[in-house]
Amino acid sequence: MFRIRFHGRGGQGMKTASRILGTAFFIEGYEVQDAPRYGAERRGAPIFAYVRADKVAVNERGIISHPDLVVVSDDTLVGMPAAGVMQGIDQNTVLLINSHETADTWQQRLNTQAKIIILPAQEEIEDRAELPYIGSQCAAAAAALSHVISKQTFTQALTEELQHLGDEVVKQNLAVASTAFDAMAPHSGIVKESALPSATDYIKPEWIELPFEKAEISAPAIHSGATSVKVRTGLWRTMRPVINYEKCSGCWWICSTYCPDGAINVTDDKLPDIDYDHCKGCLVCVAQCPPHAIESIPEHIAKEKELAGAKS
Amino acid sequence: MTRKLLTGNGAAAWGARLALTDYIPAFPITPQTEIIEDLSIWIDKGEMDARMVTLESEHSMITAAGSAASSGVRVFTATSSQGLLHGMEMVYTVAGWRTPFVMINVSRGMSSPITLESDHNDIMAARDSGFLQIHCATCQEITDSVLMAYRLAEHKEIRVPAIVNLDGFYLSFTREPVDLPDAEKAAAFVGEFDPENLQFKGSAPLSQAMAVLGGGPYSYFRYEAHLAVQHALSVYDEIADEFADTFGRRYDIIDNYQMDDAEYVFVMLGSFATKAHNAVDSLRKAGWKVGLARLRIFRPFPKEKIRQLLKGRRAVAVIDQNISMGMGGVLHSEFATALYGMKDAPAVLASFIGGLGGRDISQQEFFEMINEIKQASDKGESLEPRLLYTENELTEIRKLQAIAHAEHEEIHQQRDG
Ligand code: SF4
Ligand code: SF4
Repeated sequence: MFRIRFHGRGGQGMKTASRILGTAFFIEGYEVQDAPRYGAERRGAPIFAYVRADKVAVNERGIISHPDLVVVSDDTLVGMPAAGVMQGIDQNTVLLINSHETADTWQQRLNTQAKIIILPAQEEIEDRAELPYIGSQCAAAAAALSHVISKQTFTQALTEELQHLGDEVVKQNLAVASTAFDAMAPHSGIVKESALPSATDYIKPEWIELPFEKAEISAPAIHSGATSVKVRTGLWRTMRPVINYEKCSGCWWICSTYCPDGAINVTDDKLPDIDYDHCKGCLVCVAQCPPHAIESIPEHIAKEKELAGAKS
Repeated sequence: MTRKLLTGNGAAAWGARLALTDYIPAFPITPQTEIIEDLSIWIDKGEMDARMVTLESEHSMITAAGSAASSGVRVFTATSSQGLLHGMEMVYTVAGWRTPFVMINVSRGMSSPITLESDHNDIMAARDSGFLQIHCATCQEITDSVLMAYRLAEHKEIRVPAIVNLDGFYLSFTREPVDLPDAEKAAAFVGEFDPENLQFKGSAPLSQAMAVLGGGPYSYFRYEAHLAVQHALSVYDEIADEFADTFGRRYDIIDNYQMDDAEYVFVMLGSFATKAHNAVDSLRKAGWKVGLARLRIFRPFPKEKIRQLLKGRRAVAVIDQNISMGMGGVLHSEFATALYGMKDAPAVLASFIGGLGGRDISQQEFFEMINEIKQASDKGESLEPRLLYTENELTEIRKLQAIAHAEHEEIHQQRDG
């Protein structure tokens, strides 16, 4: 059975990627299962989707704990534990990362036994949640790596899954997907199907008896103030609002009033101050500021600048 | 017949479409909402001739479903978890009206703490209501079960509503190949809704008696409803035969896998059974005589069939994806009731509680359950109920508790200091 996991951000089309790949396997005569996994997340938050494909009925269900292939559409997710990209990866796993960096760099950085392949990132995109066509590219690359899906089948699958968006969208997606498919040709067949766990020789689950614990300990309550401060929702941000204080007229802090997350404080000298630990990057403030004193810049560029600043 | 990839929610919507549903009262809740989205799109495009009304709550939605069914139209609706419980007053009430319709429940664990993921505590709460309950393990089974559920619910002698249950995420958002029944054949199989004496009509005022009753008449009606639900067992096989003849797929009351010579048996409900199916294959390869009995029809409870099936087996592992606080697994108690006093009943009837709030059950855990019941049966001992829970999971909780505790202390110090 092929077990393939896609990791991306909400808005990057990972569900679509899993569907295109699922449909492609299905057309090639495979039994298929594909599914997205999302909770209370939103655009920009880490999500994942998965595909299982086999020549016999797929009875396995739920999250893939030991993937044969992991595809990452956004390399900023790799180092984020909450995204779970590295979960269950071992020497038999192929890790395909959409990145500007080389496979060697990632191999060293991650210190992993997994085989790393790079899907070269396109020219820089402003908003990462809007990486155009990335879902189709990821699906195409995965299809090529599996070696059992022809380009013709892939084209048919992509067309079926994106048809509802119109011919032009299909055409554009096909063009970039085709390049990604061809780019993977040297690695075609590197992803190998893995078997079911065997009952002859298995690792026993480390079951424990759950002890009774008094209510003070076992009730699901945190008796503490300001817990929302500790949850750094700023991680979801793909675009960063930046105040140009030269333009800020210090109106009556419209930005702060409109911010749906209460992430703009007003300092003692009556200036607005954005709390980047909690700003989700909705850019409502950018739209509302009367003198247009707030700009938006891509988060990854802001981060790079910060890093460069810290080094110098 | 077309074979295509559909999510469990998509398969449920197709069931409603193929059954030529007339009326769909709706209210959104995760992970069910896609069902009503699909239906509304079809209605909007004119592909489906039905009326959808969005209500202000599940309580009203279920009231509307029962009322519409009494007026002689075929009704479909869907809910999940908190929504089902919010409508629970009316779940009991409309079942008491003896009105036939089909409701999907997409299983999701109950609050608190809150979860979006699947377990069976929501559907267990409707256990005693008078709704029939069909539990599905695959997307294919969902479409097929909706069709069969209408036949059962609308059966002249029975006439009660039915719930078709599917697991959130594991089925609701998961695409699998589904053979879509041919529309004409499906329509012929389900048949015209013949409401008989149910019918209310515009300009022909009637009243349906729902008076406040004393214990004697009240008992009569309640017990009759119970007998009607039980009667569904005797008409089920006929419907299943007809379905198999028409569509080539057979669904029994209990879905048995490798049961002929099985000494050790998994008993469970829902989509995790396909995982158990894999485990049975692996265990058989390793030389174990293992089988799987998945209850498809949970209400009515097929007590006699269970007795026949489990007679002479060595040990049974009942897996409950639910928990009755202060008692344990619901399925386990019901199996114990069914088997009590039977000669040659399995000596070990073990209770495993797992899969709460979408928690996965690994293949290794399935293997180990069989290992544990075999050891107990070899030693002639019984087994204490077990929660499938690992040391790692407790460590995770301990970390969270440490954080919560530290903050707790901090707050107190601030307050006191
Ligand atoms: S809305 Fe614009 S001008 Fe007003 S305080 Fe905010 S940044 Fe300054
Ligand atoms: S981008 Fe949105 S969340 Fe961030 S400060 Fe502006 S309004 Fe608030």
